[in-house]
Amino acid sequence: MAGSSIMENLFQRSLEDMIKSMRLQLIGETTFISKATEEIRREIKSTDQQTKSTALQKLSYLSAVHGVDMSWASFHVVEVMSSSKFAHKRIGYHAASQSFNDDTPVLLLITNQLRKDLSSTNEFEVSLALDLLSRIATVDLARDLTPEVFKLLSTTKVFVRKKAIAVVLRVFDKYPDAVRVCFKRLVENLESSDPLVVTAVIGVFCELAAKDPRSYLPLAPEFYRILVDSKNNWVLIKVLKVFAKLAPLEYRLGKRIVEPVCDHMRRSGAKSLVFECVRTVLTSLSDYESAVKLAVEKVRELVVDQDPNLRYLGLQALSVAVPKHLWAVLENKEAVVKSLSDDDLNIKIESLRLLMAMVSDSHVADISRVLLNYALKSDPGFCNEILDSILRTCSRNLYEIVVDFDWYVSLLGEMATIPNCQKGEEIETQLVDIGMRVKDARMELVRVGRDLLIDPALLGNVHLQRILCAAAWVAGEYVEFASNPLELMDALLQPRTSLLPPSIRAVYINSVLKILIFCLDCYLLQNDGSGSLYSGNLEGEQSELFSAKNDTEATELATCGGSNDEQDVGFNPRNTADSSEDLSVENGIDRVATHGKTFTSTGVGRKNFMHESIVSLLNRIELIFGPLITNQDVEVLERAQNILSLVQLIKEEIIDNSVQSVDTVEKKDTRVSTVINLMRDAFTTELGPISVSAQGRVAVPEGLVLKENLDELQAICGDTELSSSSSFAIGGPHGTPISDASSSNLLQNEELGPLNESTSLIEHRKRHGLYYLPSEKSEIVPDGYPRANDPKSNSNINDEAAELVKLTEQSLLMKKRTNQTKPRPVVVKLDDGDLAPISVKRPEPRDDSLSGAIQDVLLGSESGPSVSRSYPSNKSSRKQKEKKKLSTNGRSEMNENAVDSEKPDPESANSSSKNHGHSKERKHRGKEKIVEGEEHDQEGKKKSGHRHGRRKTHHRAKSPLSVASQTPVIPDFLL
Amino acid sequence: MIKAVLVMNTQGKPRLAKFYEFQPVEQQQEAIRNVFSVLCSRPEHVSNFVDAESFFGPDSRLVYKHFATLYFVFIFDSSENELAMLDLIQVFVETLDKCFRNVCELDIVFNYSKLHTILDEIILGGQVLETSSTEVMKAIEEIARCFLFPFWFFTWSFFFT
Repeated sequence: MAGSSIMENLFQRSLEDMIKSMRLQLIGETTFISKATEEIRREIKSTDQQTKSTALQKLSYLSAVHGVDMSWASFHVVEVMSSSKFAHKRIGYHAASQSFNDDTPVLLLITNQLRKDLSSTNEFEVSLALDLLSRIATVDLARDLTPEVFKLLSTTKVFVRKKAIAVVLRVFDKYPDAVRVCFKRLVENLESSDPLVVTAVIGVFCELAAKDPRSYLPLAPEFYRILVDSKNNWVLIKVLKVFAKLAPLEYRLGKRIVEPVCDHMRRSGAKSLVFECVRTVLTSLSDYESAVKLAVEKVRELVVDQDPNLRYLGLQALSVAVPKHLWAVLENKEAVVKSLSDDDLNIKIESLRLLMAMVSDSHVADISRVLLNYALKSDPGFCNEILDSILRTCSRNLYEIVVDFDWYVSLLGEMATIPNCQKGEEIETQLVDIGMRVKDARMELVRVGRDLLIDPALLGNVHLQRILCAAAWVAGEYVEFASNPLELMDALLQPRTSLLPPSIRAVYINSVLKILIFCLDCYLLQNDGSGSLYSGNLEGEQSELFSAKNDTEATELATCGGSNDEQDVGFNPRNTADSSEDLSVENGIDRVATHGKTFTSTGVGRKNFMHESIVSLLNRIELIFGPLITNQDVEVLERAQNILSLVQLIKEEIIDNSVQSVDTVEKKDTRVSTVINLMRDAFTTELGPISVSAQGRVAVPEGLVLKENLDELQAICGDTELSSSSSFAIGGPHGTPISDASSSNLLQNEELGPLNESTSLIEHRKRHGLYYLPSEKSEIVPDGYPRANDPKSNSNINDEAAELVKLTEQSLLMKKRTNQTKPRPVVVKLDDGDLAPISVKRPEPRDDSLSGAIQDVLLGSESGPSVSRSYPSNKSSRKQKEKKKLSTNGRSEMNENAVDSEKPDPESANSSSKNHGHSKERKHRGKEKIVEGEEHDQEGKKKSGHRHGRRKTHHRAKSPLSVASQTPVIPDFLL
Repeated sequence: MIKAVLVMNTQGKPRLAKFYEFQPVEQQQEAIRNVFSVLCSRPEHVSNFVDAESFFGPDSRLVYKHFATLYFVFIFDSSENELAMLDLIQVFVETLDKCFRNVCELDIVFNYSKLHTILDEIILGGQVLETSSTEVMKAIEEIARCFLFPFWFFTWSFFFT
């Protein structure tokens, strides 16, 4: 056996051998790796420690660098870890830190090994164990090893102590109760003379404070001392990070630190420290005018620096300043604008953001124009960044800064035609949204929509299809504003629409339906106007009459309608009996009257629907949509089917009209117009924006129990999704016979079919609101489009930049100028602020128990209820729950009532000499508790509300008094 | 804290990957590929920061440095200073340079374990512990001695000298 293991050992490939042969391999990397893994699987079972550990080393190399799974080897890892040889042990620990996680079953086996190594006299073994603990500590490990870590926190070996301090972070995170044991020693280490130890401790506090700053306010004096005394930039940066979190919580803290921070900013030569100071001032000390000025000065130096890193960070610091100190950005605008033509994408994007932050309503048009030109010349990525920021800025707060919506809508149209544009979805949303919110913009919307729809080149671009979808919807919904509906029809019916995905095709079809109804409605209306004169040669005359009618006022229209009736009576007595016809005429006139103002200007031209043009329109619809009844997509199929049956009905009658006798014409036409009227009425209901909270307003019906947790649905949903999609798939073949049947039945059902259809449409619209805009995402297709523009020439960019500088310069002057020649149109807003999506409640910090524990340690857990003084009341109850939980965990619970209780500190007896400073503090807690208890009553007041252990003696004496005088005690922090 | 340290060459081959929060190997490899795809598209002489939130979750920043054929990448969160991280990469590379005397990619390829030892001295559990390359070198040398002699010998020799 021994012999074989020696042989194994001799012929085993070391890690280096393996790497070498991997570099020389000819069989392909994956094959090599799988072969090597096979070999390792064999070797790792060896009884020889050397062989085993080498195999493990190779495996962990393959795992880290080549992503080979090594979870199967976890038991071998434990074996190697327990080797007595340091070299083996190290390999084992490394493998463990790399592959173990909370779910590794063998974790239970390593507790004792870790305990042994943590107590080892070899500091390198200790450091291995600490390193592992910092990576994989679980709740159990953290709990079981807390005493060992605690011991190491005060060891004389700095090499170990600093590592133990860093490990504390993970231990606290996993096992908050460790705070009660370790926290005091951790704080003591803050005062250590060794810079390495201080670096480690402050790093830990920086992490802790990031999660829950309030708990660490009492330590502000220690941090302040470090801020003033330390010469180590690393430590200073971390302390600044801590203060950046603490300062907003306590006003007077900011007052104290602002001077030292400015001092560092002035004196330090280290850019990292200066930058950190700047950031701290701009985020947390932004109320201190002089400090902010100094910081902005420093930012200016950064922004014009040679080093792109500093430029980038400088711009980032500026964007931090935007909400409160926009002037800082305006002061640096030249540098910002110049950065827009930087080589570095980061810098460009950052400056773009700043630029958009500066934009105001007076010059948004100019800046957008320049940026759009800029976008045309940029590479696709940045081009879309520009478009994105324009879209976002302009739509902010319901188009707050947009005054001229005609301009904005045409801008959106222009964006769509930029070859690299990938913002289709956003533009789609905005086009529809503007349509619904801004009445005055609809005419322009339809015009822009027409331009987009009519261009056959756009149909092939996948990124634009969403925009076309919006354009089609707009064209259908607001067709009454169109200058030429027939032209829109042509655009929607062009053969290349077959390139569109079904979901968008369906929108197209529906828009065709809406426009068709509109055209027919107008056509019938104009014919009614002059009785039943269908012959084409009278058309012109009649339309004149009609337009004249439009120009007259509504009252006259009514009388005109009356006179028409009389005329009708004279011409054809049958008509008087037909009340529904009459009604429809009235309706038509009303409708004309409501839209009268916008209509009449363009009315003359487009009301002239010749009989021939209507017939040819119907024919074309039939021709184009005919093939669609075999379409695979249910939505397309159904809509096409609907429209086809309608067309068939109408066509028959209208064509017949010209041939048959007047009597039958009248009768049939009545039927058609009834149908058309009904459908038109269905379409006239205006669609408005929907509030995000709309769903919330729907009352839950009685007896309906809504489950909070829908997790269990997941399994079911997965199944139904599959099955439903399959049922859709067979919908296609099914569709054909049905459609055949329906088209043959159509002649008989011509009355019923379309009527049902229209009512069902009304139903749809009522129920689904925006049903006609499918919201499913279009599949992402890789951008196969070549760059449209050749690389930009520098001079050009400089020109652009110069222009931008000019514009932004104007921005300051133009702020006052009111260049609004026309008033801003009304933008429909919903009362409950539909801009703010219901703010998702931030999840409570997970480490609530941690902060609770820390507060307990810092403030004395005796003051149970008063701990929660500054918290909402529910928090205290939760904390108590937390405590109960902890006590069930088997920890000795604090004696909550004892004023001077000792901590369950295993080392407290030994360390009492060290703790004398703190024990003093503890003694005073009794008094403090009373004070705090009284303050508890004044909770309603906006007290800054922090408890802390350190107060000056005279403060303590005074505090009951000040409570009496109703001014909450706010002890001086940094004394 | 620091979330991960990656070293990869300009072909995208990983040379060192250390994640301070556990991630399954597939995710690690995915992250490495993502990072490389961003890095290789960046020209020279531009800033060293990359938006990493898409690969490493919110509040992640990435800083990298390009030395010869290698990228050194640190991923960290808002508790670290960006410029300080850039300096830390410098410290790491300096230490490697001292350790291997004019470090090149091959040294890093063949000294996988040593690389980890060095890194572990600088960063523990995502916390920066040591920023002086001389101190790191001292520790490395002592650990190497620990390798050569069994532990008891080490302590005894300490007694006698």
